[in-house]
Amino acid sequence: MSSLSFRNVVKRYGSGKQQLQVIHGVNAEVADGEFIVIVGPSGCGKSTLLRMVAGLEEITGGEIAIGNRVVNTLEPAERDIAMVFQNYALYPHMSVFDNMAYGLKIRKLPEAEIRARVDKAAAILELGHLLERKPRQLSGGQRQRVAMGRAIVREPQVFLFDEPLSNLDAKLRAQTRLEIQKLHRELGITSLFVTHDQVEAMTLAQRMMVMNAGVMEQFGTPEEVYHRPASTFVASFIGSPPMNLLHRAPGTRAGRILGVRPEHLTVIDQPEAGSWAVVVETVELLGAERLLHARLGDEALTVRTNEAAAAPSPGSTIHLRTREGRLHWFDADTGKRIDA
Amino acid sequence: MEKRVRFHSRWLPWLLIAPQMAIVLVFFFWPAGQALLQSVQRQDAFGASTEWVGLENFADLFADESYLASFKTTALFSVLVAGTGLSVSLLLAVMADRVIRGAAFYKTLLIWPYAVAPAVAGVLWIFMFASPMGIVAYALQHLGLQWNHLLNANHAMALIVIAAVWKQISYNFLFFLAGLQSIPKSLIEAAAIDGAGPARRFWTIVFPLLSPTTFFLLVINIVYAFFDTFAIVDATTHGGPGKDTAILVYKVYYDGFKALDLGASAAQSVVLMLIVIALTVVQFRFVEKKVQY
Amino acid sequence: MIERRPVATFVSHLVLMLGVAVVAFPLLLALVASTQSAQEIAQSRPLSLMPGSNFLDTYRLALFGGENSVGSKFPPALPMMGISLVSALVIAIGKIVISLLSAFAIVYFRFPLRGVVFWMIFVTLMLPVEVRIGPTYEVVSDLGLLNSYAGLTVPLIASATATFLFRQFFLTVPDELVEAARVDGAGPMRFFFDVLLPLSRTSIAALFVIQFIYGWNQYLWPLLVTTNEDMYPIVLGIKRLIAGESYTEWNVVMATAILALLPPAIVVVLMQKWFVKGLVDTEK
Repeated sequence: MSSLSFRNVVKRYGSGKQQLQVIHGVNAEVADGEFIVIVGPSGCGKSTLLRMVAGLEEITGGEIAIGNRVVNTLEPAERDIAMVFQNYALYPHMSVFDNMAYGLKIRKLPEAEIRARVDKAAAILELGHLLERKPRQLSGGQRQRVAMGRAIVREPQVFLFDEPLSNLDAKLRAQTRLEIQKLHRELGITSLFVTHDQVEAMTLAQRMMVMNAGVMEQFGTPEEVYHRPASTFVASFIGSPPMNLLHRAPGTRAGRILGVRPEHLTVIDQPEAGSWAVVVETVELLGAERLLHARLGDEALTVRTNEAAAAPSPGSTIHLRTREGRLHWFDADTGKRIDA
Repeated sequence: MEKRVRFHSRWLPWLLIAPQMAIVLVFFFWPAGQALLQSVQRQDAFGASTEWVGLENFADLFADESYLASFKTTALFSVLVAGTGLSVSLLLAVMADRVIRGAAFYKTLLIWPYAVAPAVAGVLWIFMFASPMGIVAYALQHLGLQWNHLLNANHAMALIVIAAVWKQISYNFLFFLAGLQSIPKSLIEAAAIDGAGPARRFWTIVFPLLSPTTFFLLVINIVYAFFDTFAIVDATTHGGPGKDTAILVYKVYYDGFKALDLGASAAQSVVLMLIVIALTVVQFRFVEKKVQY
Repeated sequence: MIERRPVATFVSHLVLMLGVAVVAFPLLLALVASTQSAQEIAQSRPLSLMPGSNFLDTYRLALFGGENSVGSKFPPALPMMGISLVSALVIAIGKIVISLLSAFAIVYFRFPLRGVVFWMIFVTLMLPVEVRIGPTYEVVSDLGLLNSYAGLTVPLIASATATFLFRQFFLTVPDELVEAARVDGAGPMRFFFDVLLPLSRTSIAALFVIQFIYGWNQYLWPLLVTTNEDMYPIVLGIKRLIAGESYTEWNVVMATAILALLPPAIVVVLMQKWFVKGLVDTEK
């Protein structure tokens, strides 16, 4: 029974005049077995939130509950959680086996049981042949797997991941992403995964929390976040290249911002009713597609096209078709989504 | 030692190293050579002739009761100084690492004794133990211990150990603190999440990772106890009572400059040289293995 | 420090304050004793912890020498402090200068016997002055340097630690700087003065603190090299004030002790940052 609840969670540093509030009232309910990604730019508070669940940071206001236990006053060791750190945090003076067995030895599990659990985790993560090595003899990817193994053997209620893929090179990152997905399918443990990379978020999350400056701007599935972003921040954070946000597009009422993704604009040969005329400034060929950087009036705009179509020349005017269902409206002052 | 870029000049480097080389040759190698030479010679009582005696001086040395006693005294002294010094400093460093408020304040107050000369440290402590006005001696007397470092060898040893440790606390404390602070915080957090309490975290994670620092300080403290403590002994017990606190370096001084037995003193110097070389080699070879994270 | 245990934090502070107290106690005692008069001290069993009223008299006696009320003569400490100051400065500055030059030569030049030179300097690490007192004394005596500033300082100047420190530091200076300087037309000494020295400022400051303290606190070497009491540095001069524990004028002794430790202590406290850096760097 390992659901996770955030009830009006607040984090403040300092006291009196020198106070700094970094998390402003996060509310969310995570179901048992869900894989949740907390995503946002540097400094948005995502790691702080994770560390509050872990017990490494104090919870200044509100409650966090694991299962039906409120954990605010519990030490990390008592919360039945396991954590994978960004820099792996493997004990350098212990072998891989001892690293994974450490937590179990402390809990006084019988030796046979410890051996069984470590071997099982090692099998899942393909570490069997590395059990006697020391961390400094392993590659980055291997160390990351040991860190995950250490978490798995504990069979905790919640897994916490603090940007575990950031220190890996691109290829390894993609590979490890798949391994984490596989692991979650097999073990089904409730997981909180922090990252600043929106691709990781989109591919791993069953639901994701998009955070900005300590505020949870949206909590939803990748589809919801992509198709119905709750704010201009979410709209521009998810999706690459980011969503075009225009103040003065044709048909935009005052006090509103129009959002449309580069991939939802179609280049047409002849202007038609409702189409936009834009002036192309730069063209980038990315291989399978082309990015057109253009101007609609005085505002910049990006369009994604197939490479097969002919490339427009810089300075020329092209016409774009928009679809009603692919347009998003946001309030210009608050940035929040307006559902027309 | 390799830099890709070099300056080209025939004579400039020689000029640059000349001052250091001159001093090193005149005041290091020449005297060291002399010590080696003298250690295998013996002068007669008037210094008029010297004869070659090979390793006889050394043989005599190691057959000499008082020399062996001095060896034992020095060994005991260094074990006590290193052991006490490291334990106390480690405790203080661990405490200083934990407190968030006032860490800088404690640090400043704990490191200033480094500035105190061993001689002055000796004088300060002997004042506290001197009779009849010594405060610590008085307190001890109240507790039933008749303190007398002029007559009691153990008391004399305790006195120089305390003075020596007092002076070294700062140095050890600083290095231990730096060592503690170089352990990545995430390791401690991982251990906490794994379920380890503070005591277990210290003994299974922190202390093993601190071992390069501990080993380094052990060697440094032993060298300190062997050599830098001359002043403490000279200012307080003068090697007494009798010869009970005559550590090796004190004996070299005494034999060479008071008893004027140059051959024996030179031989003792050579033995000390060998000890330092051994300790330095040990330090360079084993402490150079840094723990990687 | 993860657990929130106020008791543990309280205990930590307690231990630290105890440590500070033990460390500071001898100093406080010395201060108190230096404010009392010799008779007060000689008659107290034990020493009273209350400061006396003899502060000015005691320090005047200690600094300028003279006779006290019972006719004991005291040598003045002020000239001794002067000797200590000169020695410490000469040793510190001397070491820094010649080590900078040597390290520069070793790192930035290639010359025959460079390896030998390096090894020779390295070996001096293993020969603290205490191990070679006899013959070094003879050499100094033969050179006629007894009872002189030169005799007090020069044999202590050529140490390897400073050279190693600077060599270590120079190795971290990017090669591009040398190449840029060369392209700009600078010769080696120009590079040394205009580029390398300014970059080495913190290392120099760190080393200065350590070496100043080392020079000021010298005991064994001045003991051997000076027979003339006029050339005693203060750390050595204290010893002759202790004539046997019951007859010693402890108030003057303590005052002198305070005077002896004050300058290095001030240097440590004021330049704490460099001091710590100097200690930690010379370890490597």
